[in-house]
Amino acid sequence: MNVVRKTLFYGLVILIFVWCVFPLYWAFVSSIKPDRDLFEKNPTFIPRRITFENYVKVFKERPFHVNIKNSIIVAGVTTILSLAVGSLSAYSIARIKFRGKKIVMSLILSVSMFPQISILGSIFLILRALKLINTYTGLILPYTAMNIPLTVWVLQNFFRELPKEIEEAAFIDGASKFRTLWSIVLPMSAPGLVATGLLTFIASWNEFLFALTFMQRPNLYTVPVAIALFKGASQYEIPWGQLMAAAVVVTMPLVILVLIFQNRIIAGLSAGAMKG
Amino acid sequence: MKIKGSAAYWMIFPTLLIISIVAFFPLFKTFYDSFFSFSLRPGIERRFVGLENYKNLLRDVRFVNALKNTIFFTVVSVSIETVLGLIIALIVHQKFTLRGIVRAAMLVPWAIPTAISSQMWRWMFHDQFGIMTRLWERIGIITPGTPILGRPGLAMWAIIFVDVWKTTPFMALLILAGLQVIPEDIYEAAKIDGANSIQRFFKITLPLVTPTIAVALIFRTLDALRVFDVVYIMTRGAVNTETLAVYNRHVLMDRAFTGAWFGYGSAISVFIFMLIMIFAIIYIKSLKLRLD
Repeated sequence: MNVVRKTLFYGLVILIFVWCVFPLYWAFVSSIKPDRDLFEKNPTFIPRRITFENYVKVFKERPFHVNIKNSIIVAGVTTILSLAVGSLSAYSIARIKFRGKKIVMSLILSVSMFPQISILGSIFLILRALKLINTYTGLILPYTAMNIPLTVWVLQNFFRELPKEIEEAAFIDGASKFRTLWSIVLPMSAPGLVATGLLTFIASWNEFLFALTFMQRPNLYTVPVAIALFKGASQYEIPWGQLMAAAVVVTMPLVILVLIFQNRIIAGLSAGAMKG
Repeated sequence: MKIKGSAAYWMIFPTLLIISIVAFFPLFKTFYDSFFSFSLRPGIERRFVGLENYKNLLRDVRFVNALKNTIFFTVVSVSIETVLGLIIALIVHQKFTLRGIVRAAMLVPWAIPTAISSQMWRWMFHDQFGIMTRLWERIGIITPGTPILGRPGLAMWAIIFVDVWKTTPFMALLILAGLQVIPEDIYEAAKIDGANSIQRFFKITLPLVTPTIAVALIFRTLDALRVFDVVYIMTRGAVNTETLAVYNRHVLMDRAFTGAWFGYGSAISVFIFMLIMIFAIIYIKSLKLRLD
């Protein structure tokens, strides 16, 4: 009986594992198969022949490296901006007494509830009036607003837990508020900054709706849009091998990052999901 | 520690500036614009129409259909994700070899951008060469030669399937966090009192983890009501899979230069906002209950 139960249990565990990673595995396998093996009625789980042609083509026949560059710039600047702006707010909320704090906090947190689609049209009109359609700024600004609530929430929780005494000592020694934040609080908060920074980066790297709407030239597409609108020589012919190669190239770094920082991410997300 | 309160306002100012420009002002503008009829096309006059856009919503068959699809998608996917998520959480809560690797693997579906995983699944659901299509044929869910993403009904189930794949492991990890804070000695005490494992589950585990599940569930509902990426990429809203967000973007952007649709599109945006706010309020209320 015990053996049966154990086998059943491990069966379920293996099923969960396969369920989670199979699509990624399949994308990889499909990307290294030559077309004649790829377009086969009964595809094999392990490739019979291996080719890296798709990986070469994805960068040679289309501006995919440009799309990666766009995504890195947009997600990178968004992350830095959110952390810079968000940590200032988080610190004052955590450490300074001022009137209207509750209102400010609810205003910031309420933004996390806004459905993106509800402000899509208006942001489009505003960006158009400011001539920011098809610019990096036009994406970075909305992305920063989207990510600030989580950043502020997680960081202010983090700041509250730091020992107050060190900051007080710095203050008595004549350091300004900004200086205390910059040279004492932020270095001590490195783990919190890394976790929120990572979540912001991933959220901006993955965002689709705004990127699809505010960037309308293929050489300005971010990675998700480039992959979603992947085109072949004709309308009916999607180059699936290349598409899977592109998917693998941009997914692998993300998956590795997530695996390295898994504990911090889960902590950060449950904080965001439970309280944000 | 004495600090001038005014410093706080300077430190908060940049945050408020950004969220005002790209969140609050656009939201206000969407409300305002929903009472007008206008277009991005030059030559069409902007005029005030009062509540007309909202009255037209109910007469718009495509809108009503999108609303039905959205509710169907939300109810079905969130229910499946919650139940499966709880089961998976209970499994990975046990001690077993390689548990760390399995838990890490559970982050993979969440880490892959939806736009990209949707394309991976679109390939797996390919009508001729898709491995999922082959599997569904083998099991007998579909007859050979059925294009899954081209059939009304089936296509929506495929979309739900992808959403369940992406979200269930994540849901499980959230529930797992709730399971881990239940102290072991409660179980020990129950064991001594002679409670069997089924009783222990229903009398201890389930009640104690319910608040976590409730929060995760409402959180997921907020997300599901505005679903866009997976639908847009898998079917573009064809074969009766169009959801509110997909229809909304179509009216706003695809028809931006064809006629006076922007005010009507804004009304749809307001509708989605209101719908989600109802759930957000429930969410906040349930959080307060939990904190008390």
